[in-house]
Amino acid sequence: MNAQNETGVNGDLDGAAVQYEKDAEGVATIWLDDPQASANTMNERYLAAMGDVVDALEKDIADGSVKGVVVASRKKTFFAGGDLVALQSIQADQGAEAFEMVEKVKAQLRRLETCGVPVAAAINGAALGGGLEIALATHHRVAVDERSVKLGLPEVSLGLLPGGGGVTRTVRMFGVQSALMDWLLQGQQRDPKRAIDKGLVDELVATADEVVPAARAWVLAHGDDADAAKQPWDRDGYRLPGGTPTTPKLASILPSFPANLRKQLKGADYPAARAIMETAIEGAGVDFDTASRIESRHFATLATGENAKDMIQAFFFDMQAVSSGALRPKGPQKSKAERVGVLGAGMMGAGIAYACASRGIDVVLKDVSVENAERGKAYSTKILDKKVSRSQMTQEVADEMLARITPTADAADLAGCDVIIEAVFENSELKAKVFAEAEQHVGGDTLLCSNTSTLPITGLAKGVTRPRDFIGLHFFSPVDKMKLVEIIVGEETSDEALARAIDLVQQIGKLPIVVNDSRGFYTSRVFGTYVLEGAAMVEEGIEPMSVERAGTSAGFPSGPLTLLDEVTLSLPRHVADEARKAAEAEGVTLPETAGLALLERMVDEFDRPGRSSGRGFYDYADGARGRLWPALRETFTRDDASVPFADLQDRFRFAMALETAKCFEEGVITSTAAANIGSIFGIGFPPNRGGAARFIENYPGGMSAFVARADELAASYGERFTPSEWLRERAAAEKGLVE
Amino acid sequence: MTVQPDAFVYDAVRTPRGRGKSSGALHEIKPIDLVTGLIHSLRERNPDLDPARIDDVVLGVVTPVGDQGMDIAKTAAIAAGLPDTVAGVQLNRFCASGLEAVNQAAARVRSGFEHLILAGGVESMSRVPMGQDGGAWAMDPATAIDTNFVPQGIGADLIATRRGWSREDVDTYAVESQRRAAAARDEGRFDGSIVPVRDANGLLVLDHDETIREDASTETLGKLKASFAMIGDMGGFDAVALEKYHEVEAIDHVHHAGNSSGIVDGAALVLIGDEATGAELGLKPRARIVATAVSGADPTIMLTGPTPAVRKALAIAGLEASDIDLWEVNEAFAAVPMNVMAELDIPHERVNVNGGAIAMGHPLGATGAMLVATLVDELERQDKRYGVVTLCVGGGMGIATVIEKI
Repeated sequence: MNAQNETGVNGDLDGAAVQYEKDAEGVATIWLDDPQASANTMNERYLAAMGDVVDALEKDIADGSVKGVVVASRKKTFFAGGDLVALQSIQADQGAEAFEMVEKVKAQLRRLETCGVPVAAAINGAALGGGLEIALATHHRVAVDERSVKLGLPEVSLGLLPGGGGVTRTVRMFGVQSALMDWLLQGQQRDPKRAIDKGLVDELVATADEVVPAARAWVLAHGDDADAAKQPWDRDGYRLPGGTPTTPKLASILPSFPANLRKQLKGADYPAARAIMETAIEGAGVDFDTASRIESRHFATLATGENAKDMIQAFFFDMQAVSSGALRPKGPQKSKAERVGVLGAGMMGAGIAYACASRGIDVVLKDVSVENAERGKAYSTKILDKKVSRSQMTQEVADEMLARITPTADAADLAGCDVIIEAVFENSELKAKVFAEAEQHVGGDTLLCSNTSTLPITGLAKGVTRPRDFIGLHFFSPVDKMKLVEIIVGEETSDEALARAIDLVQQIGKLPIVVNDSRGFYTSRVFGTYVLEGAAMVEEGIEPMSVERAGTSAGFPSGPLTLLDEVTLSLPRHVADEARKAAEAEGVTLPETAGLALLERMVDEFDRPGRSSGRGFYDYADGARGRLWPALRETFTRDDASVPFADLQDRFRFAMALETAKCFEEGVITSTAAANIGSIFGIGFPPNRGGAARFIENYPGGMSAFVARADELAASYGERFTPSEWLRERAAAEKGLVE
Repeated sequence: MTVQPDAFVYDAVRTPRGRGKSSGALHEIKPIDLVTGLIHSLRERNPDLDPARIDDVVLGVVTPVGDQGMDIAKTAAIAAGLPDTVAGVQLNRFCASGLEAVNQAAARVRSGFEHLILAGGVESMSRVPMGQDGGAWAMDPATAIDTNFVPQGIGADLIATRRGWSREDVDTYAVESQRRAAAARDEGRFDGSIVPVRDANGLLVLDHDETIREDASTETLGKLKASFAMIGDMGGFDAVALEKYHEVEAIDHVHHAGNSSGIVDGAALVLIGDEATGAELGLKPRARIVATAVSGADPTIMLTGPTPAVRKALAIAGLEASDIDLWEVNEAFAAVPMNVMAELDIPHERVNVNGGAIAMGHPLGATGAMLVATLVDELERQDKRYGVVTLCVGGGMGIATVIEKI
């Protein structure tokens, strides 16, 4: 490839992922435009082309023919970031390759920012990760003022750090504390308006068409301004905002940074967050180039580790599979709901109504009385009021959303609904009754959905006249925060109904996973194993706080006893009773479930039913969780019941993972992406292990090591950890969980 | 076989302890002057001491920067007019530095390589505040995370929480420390080793420990705010400690300024030598250093190191805890001596009989040497035989020295 550009415009770099042109006024434009992809990423093509472009640029600046530079994109987005396929393929022994790769990226960007003339970024669309890192290596950032345009460094959520200078430059722009808190540790994404408030962007323009001209104008206006061609940190007298780690002001609070990080992570192992903090602080005490190298070394450590691979799998590839409709039957045409009827305006119904209305769907919210229905609508009012008061939404938009919800007690108002979502109590007869009532008023093609969390869909389908159009739509509470929806396919559910259900879930911006009908489906069934394992531990005499902390430090968002208090201690017993009855009907005797006896004593003997009554494993006062019930330790904890903490953590992970394996074995779930996303977003499986299926398939040492560890746990803690023959065979054959 | 020489304590002196703030009496006195004042005093107290026989000056300093930087031990040796042949070295074993200086001096004398050493320490906490010297343990996130670093006050509160000691329990201990210190001062028990600090004109600056509060009561202490609740919560340190002590639901923050060691300025020196050198110079041995030890326990709870160090030192000495007549357990926080007493089953009547750092303060680098002086004085006063000095130390370390009155 020839990087020379004698003609000035449309030179011979066409076809390269980064193209270079210069105009008569001496402004060069670096076009980001990967010819082989719809979005730019930091792949091999970028690396090769960017090197050539910077060579050409330096030559033109040296001979005086270029006086300023604009970096712009020909894609809809500015630049999407790292090449995740390549990143996920980095092996444990390829630290040198990973290090050299990012060193190359940042050497090019360093040459760009020190090229001697002003460089402006024309941010026409999303600039995330590596994309933002390119923009940070320019002296002026112009962005189009559109809400949908996102700027940020989300690497941490994929187990990585911004290795293209993102840590080093944000630290120098904002100071250690702001860079960490506002951009790096949570990977916040901001629209251009919020980004300019934070000082990340320098200038806004109204439309995408104005971005390049504005960037060009700035470059031309600053052609003779020596400071404009230098980053603040390359100017004389630069001082790091907020001070370096040896400045008393920063030094006095620095020790609390890692401690607070651990507190926020509840002791769970997130190597990327830790590495980002180390990179920021280690780099703040040295010069730019040394800091960049420190950043590369930490990047290489993360890129060669398993955590990044697990998190890239879950939060990029699996997420993409679930949200792209990979689980959707191919045949049926894409559908769009206009009007949804929600039966039951309790907490779930109210939440579902909000979820639909906030995405532009008209909602008929029906309950037995108008008052109840109004109360359900008030839930949306409350959420929207909060958004308005926080300036996240205008009153006008909020009013428009609210107007879409029609509360009613009259089933006739359901006429014209494309979809009915039933959200009444978990009682088959009641559900059948409200469906019968609704069916009188809706058309013959209305999709019939039940928001049940446990009742088998095939059984409920007997209560409707059109079982082919009947499907389970299991929302999670609180609906406005929980992104997951578990779609349950009954025996008679048609592909058409499934496709429409997936379309609806996507339409309201949620993540659909598809499972087959079975008691507890996928999520409720697996969730139960976690909390019951916690109860079993307390029953064994283990310190209750150790049980809780084993859960959170293993990566679960809440401890099992906290969760039991939330869902009530009688729920697992109720579920178990139902399962026992069903099994007995089939002549099968189920084994005793560990932990249940403890829950029974807590409820029956000690009257500690859970949070709603103010008494569970914890005491509650004024709705707030207090300390553990003091008698809990006296009643159950034994000094001789010491179990290695790592075993407690593994018992939780394995309890959920083994139940997940059974769900694959029984065909309840058939997609590892669905299991990973479902387990993380629905029931809190540790995100740092990439979800329950990933935990099994990518277990250190492979699936056979998973089976061996499960056998160890079974030998020490009970038969429930014994892997099934099916799982043993698949592990031995190295086949994974699905064909 | 050659016989190992004994390490004798020939003399031990200290400055009074001044409140470690700008309002404290010793704030205007440079740390170098605290040390040179003690060197002059030792020469006055021991007129036959030939300074040319001193091999080294070993000084503990915990924050060896600024006024206390550049090897203050050798600087002091020169400034005090000691012969050029007298060397000087500064060392840092956190709060044990003063005793570490004594122990190293004793070991070097026992080795036979050296014969007479000035050992002690200095800390002007009002002039050189703690933490000025940085350090990876607290300041480098990678290290802090790997080592589960938390400030030691969190550890003190965690000890009390695990023991079930209430705020009133630790305050009661603190009140007793004040009472004992005031009584000891009033009876003149410190007069033998306190060297008043004077200015260049000979004018008195301070001649007594400045922070003793004989009026302290559990009522007055009860009004003080817990010192570590805020950093424990907002600083995230409680969460770090409880990752390790996962069975503890929450840390009960019981320590505060009134039941923890005070921040003070001060210095101490101990003259340590072998028998032959002492005899040649006409010095009278006061005590023998029987055994010394350092050890350690969990660095996160940090303050439980004295017990293993004491056990180690007692084993070397061939003694049991019950053989020890008097104990000086540094009162870094009330829970520390309380914990040592509980773990080693020692009655409070034998521990810190003249009060401790809760009443008189803990000038970090000097305290260990000060406690040697206090213990030797008290063994002589009560005519008892064995004493032990022990301190809890950063990083979970502990240090102990067994002393026998001669």
